[in-house]
Amino acid sequence: MPDDAVFPPASIDATAALLSGAGYVPDRALATVVHLALRMRRPLLLEGEAGVGKTEVARTLAAALGRRLIRLQCYEGLDLAAAAYEWNYPAQMIAIRLAEAAGERDKDEIASGVFSERHLLRRPLLEALMPDPAGPPVLLIDELDRTDEAFEAFLLEVLADFQISIPELGTVKAEHPPIIILTSNRTREIHDALKRRCLYHWVGYPSAERELEILRTRLPDIGESLSRQVVGFVQALRRDDLFKVPGVAETLDWAAALVELDAVTVGPDTARDTLGVLLKYQDDIARTDAAAVTRLLDAARRTSETLA
Amino acid sequence: MPEADAISGAPGRGRLAENILTFCRLLRASGLSLGPGSVLDAVSAVEVAGIGGRADLYWTLHAVLVSRHEDHEVFDTVFQRFWRRRAGAERLIEMLSPVAVPMAPPAAKPGLRRVEEAFEGALAPPQEPPGEMEVDARFTASDTDVLRTRDFAQMSADELAEARRRIALLKMPDDRARIRRLAADPRGPRLDLRASIRASLSTGGDYVPLRRRGPRERPPPVVALVDISGSMSDYARPVLHFLHALGTRRRVETFLFGTRLTNVSRALRHRDPDAALTEVGRVAPDWSGGTRIATSLHLFNRDWSRRVLAQNPVVLLVTDGLERDADDTLAREMDRLQRSCRRLVWLNPLLRYAGFEPKARGIRAMLPHVDEFRPVHDLASLEALVAALSGPSVPVLRRGRAYGLEAVI
Repeated sequence: MPDDAVFPPASIDATAALLSGAGYVPDRALATVVHLALRMRRPLLLEGEAGVGKTEVARTLAAALGRRLIRLQCYEGLDLAAAAYEWNYPAQMIAIRLAEAAGERDKDEIASGVFSERHLLRRPLLEALMPDPAGPPVLLIDELDRTDEAFEAFLLEVLADFQISIPELGTVKAEHPPIIILTSNRTREIHDALKRRCLYHWVGYPSAERELEILRTRLPDIGESLSRQVVGFVQALRRDDLFKVPGVAETLDWAAALVELDAVTVGPDTARDTLGVLLKYQDDIARTDAAAVTRLLDAARRTSETLA
Repeated sequence: MPEADAISGAPGRGRLAENILTFCRLLRASGLSLGPGSVLDAVSAVEVAGIGGRADLYWTLHAVLVSRHEDHEVFDTVFQRFWRRRAGAERLIEMLSPVAVPMAPPAAKPGLRRVEEAFEGALAPPQEPPGEMEVDARFTASDTDVLRTRDFAQMSADELAEARRRIALLKMPDDRARIRRLAADPRGPRLDLRASIRASLSTGGDYVPLRRRGPRERPPPVVALVDISGSMSDYARPVLHFLHALGTRRRVETFLFGTRLTNVSRALRHRDPDAALTEVGRVAPDWSGGTRIATSLHLFNRDWSRRVLAQNPVVLLVTDGLERDADDTLAREMDRLQRSCRRLVWLNPLLRYAGFEPKARGIRAMLPHVDEFRPVHDLASLEALVAALSGPSVPVLRRGRAYGLEAVI
């Protein structure tokens, strides 16, 4: 576990080193924004297409800092009971019965017994505010765009003040604010009020050099020429007019698939047969026919020469 | 600048804070929504990160000031211009002065055009609808029924103003879509244990009155794609007024297309309809030009459909469908659009002609892929649209079949 002296990192370079030490290859822009989020104690909103490594930032940060990762996956209809806290109803019923059996008649007395912290079930948001011996946890609020505006409004209190107000109990405030990372695939626009409380970063597709580095870091077994070819092919494919261009996750999947198939280089047939790993829409696959694959392989060869 | 002093706090930093303040002002004038808080954030971010190099300053300010991906281009241009020299402020004064050095040739992107304007300190004069100043003697208050069925294209400026007023007063559709969020509902299907326990305490726990919850409903969002080419310009503005009024109660995303596709949702959210329309005219420069429907739909499907169609909206497509080079792509893009939304309604002002026949190739390609085909040339047709949106979707209105057209995909 890393010692406490590294937190928060002293400089942007230190932040970059922290991330790459844990297996994430950041570009300068991402390192800067993560550095600022850690230093300014602000939540970080990462937006970008699916599969560009947004969630991975939170995982890597948690691993690199030796913190606990608390993940809240968003979905439509997500409510307080699933996101922040819920009362333990059976236990509350028993408490009421016991109070009754003991002849307790004072309403306030019963209420404070029933709505006490003992009967509170903590869900991810509340859990992230609790003190942790390893240091404040990393709270990942994943795919925020899947939930609705009503939930965003609720998040505002957590993001700005690191606290949650529970009507029956009072306000729970984090002693040390957690590191909050929000991600969005942009299936709808996040409200300005929420964005204002966060640092924002658009995670784009990596450059050829960086993608090669990511591939090397994640798949150390892959051959040098194969990895260059894979990166060249994917980079060329991203320039095509596709409905969904492949992300870094797809590049890694494809490279892993090629390694599984014992491929030393990517030929036209191998590329066509494994296209389903890269492209997930039938229109896109149909568009990438034999002629297109040949063209892409040509482009890949040129790119891999410049990368060498 | 007193604000700058307040921000910097310590002597020596004033210069930087002042520069950042001016920089933020330029960004704001270029269309980014930045509050005073953003300026404070920017200054403290630069202090925290330290000024390592130009790239670090760039990304530090970017982290704090850019909150939408679309704003990146604008930020980039303003940054490159502003921090070109070390003394950004002098550069700015030079630019703002009347004898300013000639600007670079105007860039193509609408965002960048706003940057040009911000640096020049001048905003383009708002576009006025081409109105004739003749006075129509027949128009009096009792003539409302005449106005109701008068073609927007034939209205005088006064009549248009009256039409706009009546559009704003239209009773908007009361359609509901169930969402997955629950709300208190005495006849709802689920028990609300939390409310029940709380209610039981009022009797000291003697009995537990059951409280219930049920799914909430809200008006489904609307996505409008409005053709602003020359043949549509008389109808696009009243439709935009309609969309503005519609947007007060639900989420409305509006896109304009002519030779390119522009998202004007944000501009249209301005409270005042006329200010909103002026702003729309400013961000969409290709009014009354040509039209490329297939290309625009393709761009929409590729770049925006995932972002605005995820909430299962009603899509209003406002165009006359007069596409010059209609081919398979148009049908394919229409098919994709229809499959991605709750209901696709095509509003076509050509339907004002009683003997309308879908002869144009573009119309023939599009028609099989819409759920409803409606006119949009007068107030009465807008009222009919409201009524149609209030009711359930009418699948029999697959008017393509009525005209003997089948989908050819």
